Amino acid sequence: MQRRVTFDNRLLPYLLLAPQVAVTLVFFIWPAAQAIWQSVHLQDAFGIRSEFVWFENFTHVLGDPNYLDTLKVTIVFSVAVTVLAMGVALLLAVLADSKIKGARAYKTLLIWPYALAPAVAAVLWMFIFNPDIGSFGRALRALGYDWDYRLNGGQALVMVIMAASWKQVSYNFIFFLAGLQAIPRSVIEAASIDGAGPVRRFWTITFPLLSPTTFFLLVVDMVYAFFETFGTIHALTQGGPGKATETLIFRVYQDGVVNNDLGGSSAQSVILMVIVIALTAVQFRFVERKVHYA
Amino acid sequence: MATVEIRNVRKSYGPVEAIKGIDIAIQDGEFLVLLGPSGCGKSTLLRMVAGLEGITGGEIAIGGRVVNHLDPKDRDIAMVFQNYALYPHMTVFDNMAYGLKIRGIPKAEIRARVDKAAEILELGRFLDRRPSQLSGGQRQRVAMGRAIVREPAAFLFDEPLSNLDAKLRTQMRVEIKRLQDRLGITSLYVTHDQVEAMTLADRILVMNHGVAEQIGTPLEVYQRPASLFVAGFIGSPPMNVLDGRIDDRGEAVLVPGGQRLPLPRPRPTDAGRPVKLGIRPEHMAVAAAGFSIEIELVEALGADTVVYGRLPDGETLLVRMAGIPTVRERDRLTVAPQDGALHLFDAVTGRRIE
Ligand SMILES: Nc1ncnc2c1ncn2[C@@H]1O[C@H](COP(=O)(O)OP(=O)(O)OP(=O)(O)O)[C@@H](O)[C@H]1O
Ligand SMILES: [Mg+2]
Repeated sequence: MQRRVTFDNRLLPYLLLAPQVAVTLVFFIWPAAQAIWQSVHLQDAFGIRSEFVWFENFTHVLGDPNYLDTLKVTIVFSVAVTVLAMGVALLLAVLADSKIKGARAYKTLLIWPYALAPAVAAVLWMFIFNPDIGSFGRALRALGYDWDYRLNGGQALVMVIMAASWKQVSYNFIFFLAGLQAIPRSVIEAASIDGAGPVRRFWTITFPLLSPTTFFLLVVDMVYAFFETFGTIHALTQGGPGKATETLIFRVYQDGVVNNDLGGSSAQSVILMVIVIALTAVQFRFVERKVHYA
Repeated sequence: MATVEIRNVRKSYGPVEAIKGIDIAIQDGEFLVLLGPSGCGKSTLLRMVAGLEGITGGEIAIGGRVVNHLDPKDRDIAMVFQNYALYPHMTVFDNMAYGLKIRGIPKAEIRARVDKAAEILELGRFLDRRPSQLSGGQRQRVAMGRAIVREPAAFLFDEPLSNLDAKLRTQMRVEIKRLQDRLGITSLYVTHDQVEAMTLADRILVMNHGVAEQIGTPLEVYQRPASLFVAGFIGSPPMNVLDGRIDDRGEAVLVPGGQRLPLPRPRPTDAGRPVKLGIRPEHMAVAAAGFSIEIELVEALGADTVVYGRLPDGETLLVRMAGIPTVRERDRLTVAPQDGALHLFDAVTGRRIE
């Protein structure tokens, strides 16, 4: 059943919506429109004149073999971040939901990382993984493992994946915990009386009942991995070494701001936008069907 | 099918003792009702039998096997919860089949058992529905079905009918009684509704503040309540309780106002002892001599009438008469207890004096 709220004042609803609409217009619709406009124009080096070039920017971008490499890195990165951030958060939430000692302190600590700016978080990770000054990095080297993410692309990718996931774990944790707490205790108890052990209870009762939360987080985490991890990558590896940690969003910045190719960069933004819209649509179309909304 | 033995069982939540040592042996196939007011520990005791709550002291044995340290899944019991606790993401069929699948029972037999239960409970048309698509009464029946397909050693019910409306409750009560007669499975049934207790139970365990006040058949509990608490809890309207004193020869009870009510048999050893005197409203009748009351309120229930009278000393006295009212408010009336209708309780401990 839907609850309907009615307003006496005809203007009030619009007034209440206005701030959100304004934010969306200024920070989303306007830049997106600009990106689309620029993606079909070519600017001269000084940014004074621009020329309409149809889809030249797009053919250029898509024809660049480097771009496909970046796409591959992005896919590996996004899938890994989503799976890792959700898996770890779910595990922690299940533990926090069971009766353990100090659950309150534990919950608070888990939520803190979310309040940290990406750059600050990245510095933290540097202190851990830097091969010269980082505690863990030095320990690895002391054990004879050749750890240096500044030279080894694979290691760099692993590190940015960990850093990006770590930040999202807090967010996922809060939602998973709330989702778990919304499941009536007696349903779980009924399952244990029916003969299900903890593992079976989790997979046949808890996990299906958690599916609306899981689905929501899947969409949010994919978008996070695609768009919001720029700060982390920028602070940790600047996309290097080589292009080992260059994701699509990082490349947009690299080509547009650093290399001053506004048309190409805008074309990439548009492609990125299309990819994410398509992904979200696919998720809603195919995954949501399996979701049970209680 | 099995016996359930509860031996000096205790439960503490920190410093609070919720169950203070309960002893009862439930026979194979017996229907035991746990009856008591809210917060007396009924659910706690039931959940200890189920294995959902740890046992602080004592022992619980099901079918002769001590289960104190067994998980719920290993106790071979089925439970019906107050809120039904159905699996919301499963169909009615899957709700009932869940426990059977886990036990590795062949598909054909699962099908047969669920179909049979569905037939008994008239759920056949709903097997493909989700719980959210059922009415409260239908959900209740699915919860019952989930319990009976398992064919467990014992059924546990925690106020299974309290979320239903009055009519449906009566109907389901009869249905539960029929099921129990047919299946003959040992049952523990928690309720605070005395009508449910009286009609369903082979024996009732009346609980108060974590102790068993009395264990007995419904009629024993009604006819010979072991304490003032039981006397007040069983019977509607509740029993009248007056302060009294046994006379110096041990032959009668004196109540304030000068009434002298003869005892069925003399008890010279109790001469002079202060007592509480209990008389059920339905055991009072209009008489030539006895309590003189002024009628304050008349409740006509149809089949009978409850009269609220005031004694000269200000105490209230309830009288239940058959049929429609023959008296009116502010009338004066003289009533007396019928023969053998007196219950005596110790004035201090509240325990019954035989
Ligand atoms: N987890 C707990 N922690 C502390 N005290 C508890 C806990 N669970 C129950 N109690 C206390 O134990 C006592 C018995 O509770 P219980 O739920 O068994 O009552 P009940 O007889 O089932 O009551 P109702 O008819 O209201 O369901 C209550 O006083 C309650 O406050
Ligand atoms: Mg209860």
